[in-house]
Amino acid sequence: MKEILGNSLFFGVGISVGTYLLGTYIKKKCNFFLCNPLLLAITMTIATLLLTGIDYQQYNNGAKYLSYLLTPATVALAIPLYEQVKLLKKNMTAILIGIASGVLTSFISIFAMALLFKLNHTEYVTLLPKSITTAIGIGLSEELNGYVAITVSAIMITGLFGNIAGAGICRLFGIKHPVAKGIAIGTATHVMGTAKAMEIGEVEGAMSSLSVAVAGCMTVAAAIIFEGLI
Amino acid sequence: MKYILQFEIIIAISLIGELLNRLIPLPIPASIYGMVILFTALCTGLIKLSAVKETGKFLIYIMPMMFIPATVGLLESWSIMQNFLIAIIVISLVSTVIVMALTGRITQFIINVKNKEKKS
Repeated sequence: MKEILGNSLFFGVGISVGTYLLGTYIKKKCNFFLCNPLLLAITMTIATLLLTGIDYQQYNNGAKYLSYLLTPATVALAIPLYEQVKLLKKNMTAILIGIASGVLTSFISIFAMALLFKLNHTEYVTLLPKSITTAIGIGLSEELNGYVAITVSAIMITGLFGNIAGAGICRLFGIKHPVAKGIAIGTATHVMGTAKAMEIGEVEGAMSSLSVAVAGCMTVAAAIIFEGLI
Repeated sequence: MKYILQFEIIIAISLIGELLNRLIPLPIPASIYGMVILFTALCTGLIKLSAVKETGKFLIYIMPMMFIPATVGLLESWSIMQNFLIAIIVISLVSTVIVMALTGRITQFIINVKNKEKKS
């Protein structure tokens, strides 16, 4: 059984989509914030792999076709952004200053906590790209000579957290304006947060998509300054 | 026919993005180049919204699922993370809350100030 499933090209996608489907079903039945479809799907998929003994490489042989769609899906984020282009033009200054301050805050807070945890240079630069989208994060981590696999993990933890708690954090800090909500979620938690912002509303989703692109590029530019601090 | 054309346009733009990513020595991924290209093409009218809308929205709708394989991959890096696992988790979560709160408040503050300026 393990052999058949492990070698099957459809097992990876099947288990991922299946657990996600189950996750959305559980979300409908119980509205607790930890009942997040993405979190449930990931937990159930990991549990299945551990229980059956199928290793990640075998799973990913099929599941990579799901990741493959991520590039075209990110390209498609231009569609909601275009639909909100008037709102974008109207709030251009607020949006750009907001994202820039977010990128700066990200670096300063990581720097401060890196001092607190006494991280060395490599560990510090590994975490610097944690708020930006994976593809840019990998490139930046390589450039800074960080541990790329750990950068990816930090990006995933950040994104998953944004997907679960993004709406709650905005509520807690009194962020009500849909444009501000989208910019906050996108700048802090990249494409994974954006997936959630899309569910909150069209404006939130569009603004979040924009922040992913802008914050990503600003992070690459600003990393050169912050890299040398530790 | 319509959906096939929409899918092909999105894939073709992804392809151009990938080429730019290889040609330009910056750590900017194909997806971001592609997003900028599609946005510019829509704004200039080179590509009509109706030529990408449904397939694009479908891709966005199923997007959360696409993160499952990479996140399950945390399994693999678990062992190398052990040395500073707590630091990674604490820094990731705390900095995310601070960044999100501050970005949102600053953006909202400027929007409100501008709106008041316009009214008065």
